[in-house]
Amino acid sequence: MMQERTLNALVLAGLIAIPLFAYVTDEPFTITLATRTVILAMAAVGLNIALGLGGLVSLGHAVFFGLGGYAMGLLAYHAQTYTPLMEVPFLIEGTKSMPVIWLVAVIVSAFAALIIGYLSLRTSGGYFIMITLAFGQMFFFFAISWSAYGGEDGLSIYVRNGFPGLNTLDPIQFYAICLTLLAIVLWFASRLACSPFGLALNAARQSPDRVRAMGLDPFRLRLVAFVVSGAITGLAGALFADLNRFVSPAMFSWQMSGEIMILIILGGTGRLYGPVLGAIVFVTLEHTLGDISDYWLIFLGLLLLAVVLFAKGGLIGALSSRRTAHG
Amino acid sequence: MSLVLIAEQVLNGLQFGVMLFLMAAGLSLIFGVMGLINLAHGSLYMIGAFCAAAVAGATGSFVLALMAALAGAAVAGALVEVLVIRRLYNKDHLDQVLATFALILIFSEGTRWLFGSFPLYLNVPDILSGPVTLPGGIQYPLYRLVLIGAGLAVAGGLFWLISKTRIGIQIRAGENDREMIAALGVDIGRLYTLVFALGAALAGLAGALVGAIQSVQVGMGEPVLILAFVVIVIGGIGSIKGAFLGALLVGLTNTLGGIFLPEALKLMIEPAAATSIGASLASMAIYILMAVVLVLKPTGLFGARA
Amino acid sequence: MANAVLETRNLTKSFGALQVSKSISIDLLPGEIHAVIGPNGAGKTTLIHQICGGLRPDGGTIRFDGQDVTGLSVDARAAAGLARTFQISALAQENTVLENAVLGAAGAKGQGFRMFTPALERADLVDAARSALERVGLLDQQSRLVSELSHGQRRQLEVALALSLSPKAFILDEPMAGLGTEGSKRMTAFLNDLRLEAPILLVEHDMDAVFALADRISVLVYGEIIASGTVDEVRANPKVQEAYLGEAA
Repeated sequence: MMQERTLNALVLAGLIAIPLFAYVTDEPFTITLATRTVILAMAAVGLNIALGLGGLVSLGHAVFFGLGGYAMGLLAYHAQTYTPLMEVPFLIEGTKSMPVIWLVAVIVSAFAALIIGYLSLRTSGGYFIMITLAFGQMFFFFAISWSAYGGEDGLSIYVRNGFPGLNTLDPIQFYAICLTLLAIVLWFASRLACSPFGLALNAARQSPDRVRAMGLDPFRLRLVAFVVSGAITGLAGALFADLNRFVSPAMFSWQMSGEIMILIILGGTGRLYGPVLGAIVFVTLEHTLGDISDYWLIFLGLLLLAVVLFAKGGLIGALSSRRTAHG
Repeated sequence: MSLVLIAEQVLNGLQFGVMLFLMAAGLSLIFGVMGLINLAHGSLYMIGAFCAAAVAGATGSFVLALMAALAGAAVAGALVEVLVIRRLYNKDHLDQVLATFALILIFSEGTRWLFGSFPLYLNVPDILSGPVTLPGGIQYPLYRLVLIGAGLAVAGGLFWLISKTRIGIQIRAGENDREMIAALGVDIGRLYTLVFALGAALAGLAGALVGAIQSVQVGMGEPVLILAFVVIVIGGIGSIKGAFLGALLVGLTNTLGGIFLPEALKLMIEPAAATSIGASLASMAIYILMAVVLVLKPTGLFGARA
Repeated sequence: MANAVLETRNLTKSFGALQVSKSISIDLLPGEIHAVIGPNGAGKTTLIHQICGGLRPDGGTIRFDGQDVTGLSVDARAAAGLARTFQISALAQENTVLENAVLGAAGAKGQGFRMFTPALERADLVDAARSALERVGLLDQQSRLVSELSHGQRRQLEVALALSLSPKAFILDEPMAGLGTEGSKRMTAFLNDLRLEAPILLVEHDMDAVFALADRISVLVYGEIIASGTVDEVRANPKVQEAYLGEAA
């Protein structure tokens, strides 16, 4: 048993050391796997703000992941075809600049989260799960039927977008960008969890009446949390699309929503590094078991069942000594 | 657009709606009585379809295939309830979602392992194939008409079961007050297994019936599952009547939206754009319907509880 | 009457055929403790819900601090200075005592949506929280989890959270419940001082506490105020003896 803090430091050290080792030994695929891990972790850190702190079981976070992906896809597609994205009422051109794409991804997903959150947070419990799942499906079908941008086939972007001063096509440099963003997001999430807002959100999960009696509206707390959560997952979506240089409706699928949620539970709900550890486990399993068997998802399913039924608290819970989690 | 086409589409919408009802009714009962959100309900739909396709392939009998679908899904449902689901009743929604998501993975990949990735085909029995002529000269496939009839018959049977029989009284008591039925001396464990198996059988039946007009393949259940959730949100949780009307509403909106929205748009914008935008809007129509219901009545049209 | 802090006028509320509030008019004057007593099922909890905003009355008005709050939400009324404690403790159990108190301070200062600075690094919030904890005698428990507290300590924390709102009125829902004789005595002494801070509407079953504390008592039976007045007036009222004290004896 070790302190959760020590475990977190080990995880972070591993995320720096392994790709560096792969870089030295010239194994770019390992770096790509690590990049995938870091991006999925970011998506799950986003969901964890709603889920772990706010108790909002959103089964529709693929919406924001997909919107981030399509924000990248649309902007880069119009840049590579030299066509404007929009001419009326004002001209919007495509772009290949990552920072601009990130900003658009964050704003678009935050806006979608505001609307979806406003509608679905009117309900709670099982209803909330069904509704978020349904909105995810709505975006999925919309993307499929939107033939102008590839419909079911998705959109390919031929060259990875650029970041000033870096060569993003070099795997290790792109990885460094993603890891830096993840570190910033984790830092923000840790500040948020113990901020007055984090306390209030956490309290609204445990006792909404108490929060109301303190003059705070649980609905607004949850809505803000949902928006922040969606924005972070949207940023991860933009990076994910850039990693693959491809977006497709699959990013909107319910399986995607489920996967993002699985990462959290594998690592440990409501823990800062839970999603990160969960993503490491997930990508490792996907890679190793996927090589052994075409049906590796059966094993993932069994593992997930075991964690839910027997190991509440996930891997961090099993590995670290602190028993109760504070966000 | 002719009246015949409209009538045809209304019938298609009804057919889709009654099949959705078979899914939604089971989900709603399970949620209402046990408080369980069961994502694996779509897997039971798939299991029903696969059982039917396998038995029809081996025996050539559609009746045997349907019975296999009912039995297979019910047995799978009861097994899952005993092995996994009953450990979830007292857990929170997150655990239920994750565990039943895990079940989807296991069922889907297990089925892929057994049957492969290629779709199976379940044929409409000869006696039910071909069109019939309805009053007004409308030609309509007999099998689809039979589906509507079968769905309505099952719905009627379910209403009777819930409102008139002993088991129905226990189910309704379970929805209102869990401690109460334990106090009445009802074996809750058995009741729950029974309700779960009943819901599973309905899903399996729907899977087999629909499987004959679509292909039988892994992953066929989840889109229907999510639509059934939309039905429940619109109709109201725990209400069979709500599930029925919600299912018809969703079925009709989905089918008619796909036809009328592009046509309606053609009156406003040029045809090519109207077709593509209309198709996109139609794919969103039922979710917009759900959003409207949520704004107006968050507990659903017939739901008493939030 | 004009200077009442809190005033309900002809509140009515029905659940189906059951009328739980029949034209209830009560008020709370500065500096007083006004107790509402009544047998179980008399509609006390429903009345509190309506005053605090959790239930919308069918008819009648509620005025608080000079304004009509009948249409305001629970949180809006709390923000306006209406502080309450709950019959069954409503606290963030997984958090520490100090974190709960800091949340109270943040809510009171309208800072519940600040998300960039850790709450425990905010000296103003922590100071306000500690002083509220000190007043109820919980400062030495500040680092414990609420789930580890005794029942009595949770009651104290509830009051501390109410205090941190710097309220203009307290609504206390059975603060003595489950405290035991010794605990009730201490809480009684504490409430006696608390009235100097803001007037208290006290719903309570513990008659010793009510008689010791209340300046005025209103008796609620079947959704109706059947008597209202000083302790002695209410005690002497034959209707009360028949409907309530007689039944309790």
